[in-house]
Amino acid sequence: MPGKLKVKIVAGRHLPVMDRASDLTDAFVEVKFGNTTFKTDVYPKSLNPQWNSEWFKFEVDDEDLQDEPLQITVLDHDTYSANDAIGKVYIDIDPLLYSEAATVISGWFPIYDTIHGIRGEINVVVKVDLFNDLNRFRQSSCGVKFFCTTSIPKCYRAVVIHGFVEELVVNEDPEYQWIDRIRTPRASNEARQRLISLMSGELQRKIGLKVLEMRGNAVVGYLQCFDLEGESGLVVRAIGTVCTLDKISNTAFLPACNSPSKEMKEIPFNEDPNPNTHSSGPSTPLKNQTYSFSPSKSYSRQSSSSDTDLSLTPKTGMGSGSAGKEGGPFKALLRQQTQTALEQREGSPHRFCRRREFPFFTLTAFPPGFLVHVGGVVSARSVKLLDRIHNPAFVGIMGNTRSYKLLDWNSFNSDEPETRDAWWAEIRQEIKSHAKALGCHAVVGYSESTSICEEVCILSASGTAAVLNPRFLQDGTMEGCLEQRLSWQPGFFSIGSEKGEVDFFPQNQDSSSLLGIEETSPPGCGFFHIPYDELNMPFPAHLTYCYNCRKQKVPDVLFTTIDLPAEAMVIGKGCLIQARLCRLKKKAQAEANATSISNLLPFMEYEVHTQLMNKLKLKGMNALFGLRIQITVGENMLMGLASATGVYLTALPTPGGIQIAGKTPNDGAYEQHVSHMQKKINDTIAKNKELYEINPPEIPEEIIGSPFPEPRQRSRLLRSQSESSDEVMELDLSHGKKDAFVLEIDDTDAMEDVHSLLTDVPPPPGFYSCNTEIMPGINNWTSDIQMFTSVRVSRLSNINLTNQTLNKNFNDLCENLLKSLYFKLRSMIPCCLCHVNFTVALPEDEVIQITVTAVAITFDKNQALQTSKVPAEKTLQRASTDNEEQLQFPLELCSDPLVSQPFSPAKEVLENAGSHTGIPAAQRATSVDYSSFADRCNSWIELIKLKAQTIRRGSIKTTASLDKASPLAEGHLRHRSVPSCTNSTVSVVKMTPLSFIPGAKITKYLGIINMFFIRETTSLREEGGVSGFLHAFIAEVFAMVRAHVAALGGNAVVSYIMKQCVFMENPNKNQAQCLINVSGDAVIVVRESELEMVPVQPSAAVSQPASAGDVTT
Amino acid sequence: MTNDLDIFVGNTTLIDEEVYQLWLDGYSVSDAVSLRLRSGILEQTGATVDVLQSDTMDHYRTFHMLERLLHTPSKLIHQLHFQIPPSRQAMLIERYYAFDEAFVREVLGKKLSKGTKKDLDDVSTKTSITLKSCRRQFDNFKRVFKVVEEMRGSLVENIQQHFLLSDRLARDYAAIVFFANSRFETGKKKLQFLTFEDFAYCAEQMIQNWTLGAVDSNVDDMDVDLDKEFLQELKELKVLIADKDLLDLHKSLVCTSLRGKISVYNEMEANFKNLSRALVNMASKLIHTKDVRDFFIDLVEKFIEPCKSDKWTLNDVRLFLTQYTTSAHNLDAFRHQALWDRYMSTIKSCLLKMYHD
Repeated sequence: MPGKLKVKIVAGRHLPVMDRASDLTDAFVEVKFGNTTFKTDVYPKSLNPQWNSEWFKFEVDDEDLQDEPLQITVLDHDTYSANDAIGKVYIDIDPLLYSEAATVISGWFPIYDTIHGIRGEINVVVKVDLFNDLNRFRQSSCGVKFFCTTSIPKCYRAVVIHGFVEELVVNEDPEYQWIDRIRTPRASNEARQRLISLMSGELQRKIGLKVLEMRGNAVVGYLQCFDLEGESGLVVRAIGTVCTLDKISNTAFLPACNSPSKEMKEIPFNEDPNPNTHSSGPSTPLKNQTYSFSPSKSYSRQSSSSDTDLSLTPKTGMGSGSAGKEGGPFKALLRQQTQTALEQREGSPHRFCRRREFPFFTLTAFPPGFLVHVGGVVSARSVKLLDRIHNPAFVGIMGNTRSYKLLDWNSFNSDEPETRDAWWAEIRQEIKSHAKALGCHAVVGYSESTSICEEVCILSASGTAAVLNPRFLQDGTMEGCLEQRLSWQPGFFSIGSEKGEVDFFPQNQDSSSLLGIEETSPPGCGFFHIPYDELNMPFPAHLTYCYNCRKQKVPDVLFTTIDLPAEAMVIGKGCLIQARLCRLKKKAQAEANATSISNLLPFMEYEVHTQLMNKLKLKGMNALFGLRIQITVGENMLMGLASATGVYLTALPTPGGIQIAGKTPNDGAYEQHVSHMQKKINDTIAKNKELYEINPPEIPEEIIGSPFPEPRQRSRLLRSQSESSDEVMELDLSHGKKDAFVLEIDDTDAMEDVHSLLTDVPPPPGFYSCNTEIMPGINNWTSDIQMFTSVRVSRLSNINLTNQTLNKNFNDLCENLLKSLYFKLRSMIPCCLCHVNFTVALPEDEVIQITVTAVAITFDKNQALQTSKVPAEKTLQRASTDNEEQLQFPLELCSDPLVSQPFSPAKEVLENAGSHTGIPAAQRATSVDYSSFADRCNSWIELIKLKAQTIRRGSIKTTASLDKASPLAEGHLRHRSVPSCTNSTVSVVKMTPLSFIPGAKITKYLGIINMFFIRETTSLREEGGVSGFLHAFIAEVFAMVRAHVAALGGNAVVSYIMKQCVFMENPNKNQAQCLINVSGDAVIVVRESELEMVPVQPSAAVSQPASAGDVTT
Repeated sequence: MTNDLDIFVGNTTLIDEEVYQLWLDGYSVSDAVSLRLRSGILEQTGATVDVLQSDTMDHYRTFHMLERLLHTPSKLIHQLHFQIPPSRQAMLIERYYAFDEAFVREVLGKKLSKGTKKDLDDVSTKTSITLKSCRRQFDNFKRVFKVVEEMRGSLVENIQQHFLLSDRLARDYAAIVFFANSRFETGKKKLQFLTFEDFAYCAEQMIQNWTLGAVDSNVDDMDVDLDKEFLQELKELKVLIADKDLLDLHKSLVCTSLRGKISVYNEMEANFKNLSRALVNMASKLIHTKDVRDFFIDLVEKFIEPCKSDKWTLNDVRLFLTQYTTSAHNLDAFRHQALWDRYMSTIKSCLLKMYHD
């Protein structure tokens, strides 16, 4: 009995009229948690009842506290017939379970009904008393913090970044149960909402267990998704990055995560370590069609690819203590699985290896120095068939290998999570090998997604291959970090290569010394240096010496899924770049369908990348950040939508132009046409350069001359060669300094492409857009922000369906949507749309649904002009503030900012100037990690020796002072969080998809918001048609998110994301249904201006000293 | 390709004041789009008609959803559904409850019933205000009327409290409620020269002086109904015209004091008895509902028109009314001084307000 949940129902307001005769309502409330229900008295004849109930107390397991939502149902009492439900409120009490977050949930919640929407509000107070649970077999993971934010949360510092964590749970979808035929839509929707709430609670708990096992105390970049697989079930899956976080305000320098690790050490190896841990479940033929951007030849070079260690959780007979609990078979089953999984892990001889299985990080922004090199985008897709119940299992088709799985819900056999697990494990494995092919040991900015149409499912994963600084990753204590040795231990690598790719990270203190071999990378360009071996390149690419430091090689173009690193040096501004593509596909069933999709995918990938490349060149830029490629499958078409933010990196070469080559050179008119087009393209490039302020300093040819490889021949991009170009950024083209990118117009398709290139209209003056967190070149944000969601559904009914018309329509749809946004937000000019997130769905035949969520932020124009002239300085300032906020751990860094640089363009002068303005150069310096190149270390050693002689080394040890950076104490800020809203009792809650609120400082994270809503109507026309229905629903969702945040004491949501918006309509029946899933981090923010005005009160500062570190209860 | 669904939802509800006004004015989406087109918005922003159409639709939908809340403005302030900054909320409410002069002149003093509502299309044709807008304004009047009709305390304060209107708008609504309750006739041709503002001023004067609330603010009645007792007592004033001596004395007192001061002395002297009879007769008849309704017509027909035909200036009227009122105090035989003041001060204010072209 480790927890007591206390709930008080205070009052209601604006209730709907339930009794037509009196125009009033006799309302009472049912409060339910788990299987216990309490009721308030009936408050007769009022639309604003004052129940003022006693405290309802629930004595529950902390496990239930994590899984179960609190259910509050408001009803209208009826003496003669059944009581009518007015609506419900689900409250996730997870934020109350860790000491640092909210202590009480108190406030007005909208009463929500899945048929009628919001019907009044109810005032509720919720508290939790947690008792310490010393039970070592416990299944709960209270105390693990979750963050949606994909960077280290602002008021924490990362002590250790442990790595990837994933989990999924499955269940039957109540919508497809037999009982659904007889129950009301309301009951069905509520069953679904409740189930998903339960499943996500449970998923979070299970992830938490894994976190504790890895000795972390938090999950950052937590991404939870639902797969509505229809009849084959409901999958809730999550990925995240395990970290050990420490609150910055904590003055005592605690060793990394003392309490959880201590506690975890006490967990003994279980009495029955299952010897069979590595059997990867039933041997399903798991090979599948996957696509990668790195060509196969490169990855076939990899020595061993261990395919055992997949994180399957084989079912063993273990029931253990939790099986007797109430909660139904579903729950017991899941508990059992967790149990066994845990046991396996503990008992496994390869425990450490398992943990490092996937060196993936869902983060997109990192503490400075964490990212050493960036390789490029890696991605994998796989087409799977979701099989129906009672389908004969294992139908092998063609050599083409797709996996089939029998799902048998009735017997609840646990095959299902395993299958899904195996599917994902397979994809992750693929990603890992791609990363390795790029000479990288890790994948950052990692994400996973699915697209489901009927029984076909495309699983996708993508990320950015990277080399990371291992100091941040190891579990070792600080001493380990501080130790610095220059000795090289080749022996370590032999272990690595034997084990395959598992051991990229050193496991003990000794190995950390490897990293002592540090090479100075000039700040702002180190990550763009190629991680792979130049002589042994995994793919043909065009390398040049870094334009910044002239020492290392860089690729000519770089695509990544991460945010632009704060230290990166950029010229001008960035812009949103989108590639859009449609491909028709024949309607087919099951296997045939999967095959045709599989066949189409590589072509789509290729075209998407060609488009991206063309558009990037057209903008005169050389790198893409935040790349997100979404492939959506529909009945009769596939859609590809890639969004990214283009920037001009100073480290990378200036992109060449685009040159058009005609097919029939003798035709005069045609020639003229071609040259006309050419002119238009050139004009556009020039215009774009001006628009985005891209004016790289001219570097005399002679100086650059020598380090460049000899000029390459111009190669041509032919449309037919798509098969060979699977890689992302390294299409076999040279687009060096002088070489133009050639588009050959050989058919109408190509003409279309060129036209579509030119049809993308730049945003109107005063507008910028990007899909990353911050816009390079703008940093003077005002606090004027507007988060919005826009949805469009378009019917392609009257169109002759061809690829061209489809493409054009899709393109127009996206462009018009953007135009519409610019128009709507015109009052915010000058303004930037940040984190523009497009989602495409194909809900029906010939129907395209596009959902966009973004935030518009106004910036100060005058300042912008001023600062844009000194981009380097600005980014450095940002970096330095980040340093203070995030990184307090001892950095020991080698830097030589004074190395005479042979070429000194203006930007370097600026940068040096920046380093004098109080920012220690050491903090910006990155160190190079060569440990990942197990198989190539010999060649590197030579190189390093060489470098060691040429580079003057200097090593500085810095231990950043904590006191300096510690922000205001929480206790002090707490009362300030209540916005001083004069007239209104409703407090303002800001929402943003970004991890910060401009002009404000996050002082406290209150917990994760993860909400799922269903809305249905049987009177669509009366509610204003589909638009009216969805408009109201989205507004309601926002309202409910705000209410929950306000009740937690917060005033903002950061990292807000609408993960799902599934809309279905049946106009003939006057019906529609919509499912929405949103998440984000509830926070307290304080305006920076307020912060300055309020002097720090030392007494308040000490009042809550020991909260950090005390994370497990 | 058609957009089946096209929505934009901001965390802070986006409100375009221009579109709001178009919506309030009752224009359809397509009319609003063409009106916006004419304003040259496309040239300024480089947008297309489609964009304008979609934007207008969006705003209309938002307003449609907000309308329910605007009916009870306190709900708009406390609701959680739409996040709107307080200043915007105030703007929304104020504009929603604003009304057109032309419309209010048509409806003022009419019974706020279904019957009147049915006639709104005539009003719409006559005033060239869209029927939709007429209905909104009519419904606003009716809603405010229903809420404050039976309420204690100050009419203006009640309106302000329940509908969160600005002071000025609340006063206007008080006048509308007062007129609707007593059903003053304002629509006659002879009254057309009077503005709503004139009537609102008169209403305020009457509320301040002639209702129960005027005598005793603690009384549990409202500002809406006229003080019946007072109206009853007004009959006593008849002595001023019924008693020949008193009337002559009154006339001589007034004439003496106005001699040389007033530009229309002769006309005044000739007309005194008629005017005095008119004012006192009105007072004595106010107990009858019918005569209350005709109050303004009587004022115009029996006082303003004769004065105007004799070309009295506003100053002449003021001097006359002041003297007429004060001179009565010097009539020893006249004992209803307080009553006289209560009646005459309001009449005087009203007449002065109404005495224009």
